[in-house]
Amino acid sequence: MSAPHTYTRPIAGWWRRNPFYRAYIVREMTCVAVIAYALELLVGLARLAQGPEAFETWLARLARPWAIVLNCVALLLIAFHAWTWFEVMPKTLPFINVGGRRVPDRAIVAAGAIAAVLASLLVLFAFLYR
Amino acid sequence: MVEPRTRNIRIECLRYAPGVDAAPRMQAWDVPFTDDMSVLQGLQYIKDHLDGSVTFRWSCRMAVCGSCGMQINGIPKLACETFLREYMPAGIRVEPLAHFPIVRDLVIDQSDFLAKLESVRPYLIPAVPRTLAEGPYRQTPGEMDAYYQYSQCINCALCYAACPQYGMNAKFTGPAALALLHRYNADSRDAGKAQRMEIINAEDGVWGCTLVGYCSEVCPKGVDPARAVNQNKIESTKDYFRHLLMPRGSGSR
Amino acid sequence: MKRSNKPIFWSLFGAGGMLSALIGPMLVFLTVVAVPLGLVSKQTMDYPRALAFAQSGIGKLAVLVVISLFLFHGLHRLYHTLHDFGVHIGPGAKALCHGLAILGTLVAAYLLVKLGWG
Repeated sequence: MSAPHTYTRPIAGWWRRNPFYRAYIVREMTCVAVIAYALELLVGLARLAQGPEAFETWLARLARPWAIVLNCVALLLIAFHAWTWFEVMPKTLPFINVGGRRVPDRAIVAAGAIAAVLASLLVLFAFLYR
Repeated sequence: MVEPRTRNIRIECLRYAPGVDAAPRMQAWDVPFTDDMSVLQGLQYIKDHLDGSVTFRWSCRMAVCGSCGMQINGIPKLACETFLREYMPAGIRVEPLAHFPIVRDLVIDQSDFLAKLESVRPYLIPAVPRTLAEGPYRQTPGEMDAYYQYSQCINCALCYAACPQYGMNAKFTGPAALALLHRYNADSRDAGKAQRMEIINAEDGVWGCTLVGYCSEVCPKGVDPARAVNQNKIESTKDYFRHLLMPRGSGSR
Repeated sequence: MKRSNKPIFWSLFGAGGMLSALIGPMLVFLTVVAVPLGLVSKQTMDYPRALAFAQSGIGKLAVLVVISLFLFHGLHRLYHTLHDFGVHIGPGAKALCHGLAILGTLVAAYLLVKLGWG
């Protein structure tokens, strides 16, 4: 049973009202960096398919100051994405019990971070030595 | 006996009289308080001594009834366990819980909240109905542990005030209702998961959530509704692909 | 109540999110920061090496998976974030975002096939 003459407050701009919401929006906006990098790779792939001159030109463009700056920003955003991803990961998993005890959330976050470090090292070795 | 130190704090409160005011307005008072006083006691002082028309819900004064939820400096809190001393010297701004229509002053229309709670079949649905003669259900501590925190909800609706997805779309089932749903699914005495899947699988079920996570942050009882909702995204996904591959066994488990 | 189709897109979003969380930072650092700045030898990403990688089976798989999953993850999240900002472009927006991810995947696949097997 709802009341008459109720007042509904506007929701617009909700994300500005609270540091928690603002951090959430930053987290979500990291998607722009992920998309941008994927497109960057796609362009690089296209240049590769066009031949050595096109590819070398693309590589040279990556070394320009504005490209470095933008890509560093992308790096920071993707690193923030990685951190926040593991931070919320425990919320998406059912409770894990080991030896009759509940595995705490921080252990799950740590496991994720460690997996990321190991995977990154794998990528590093593959990139340098393959 | 030493008199407790009394200071004054400025409490600014949203006022709205239905059918009289076109829109809410703010009204402020200077309230004498001692360090042990809660925001609720501050409001009660205003009602008792300064302005008897101020309207707000409260009951237990000890964070178990869930009645006194309000926005305190923009954050959803229980007024009875928020203390005035922490807001000196700037004072506080008290408003009704966000994302709900305002009925009067600090009182919100909770009918949608209650409807959501009712909609999730919040009762045990055993596989085989049990008779009194069979005695009580048996449950190990481990089995109770699987759902215990979700059973601690006091229906204060702070999580709905926290959830921007509910704020933008009131059809979203919402944190407390989905946590309550999960509380029954996770209970070893219950076998009603299949019946509740329809609610989970809907666009306004778990899929209305984007894991903002603020609901769990504001919950005064550690229910962690964010976890209850997002765990069920995996369940919903499993159910979706099961349904895709074996259409006959829709949602059954 | 109608069953939502979100699980398909959420799974792709999740896979892309996990992949980009695990290797995204290192991948971005190496390919578009370290190599252009010379922190790592430019030889690691020169034309012959890049071509050899793109022509190998594992290289094709790696490039396709990264581009595809990163796009599905990013565009799914972008769609939801636009909604969070109150930008309601309607059901077409959902099709556009996921459509772009599919398009990117197809373009990458086409280019990888075009590059051949060396």
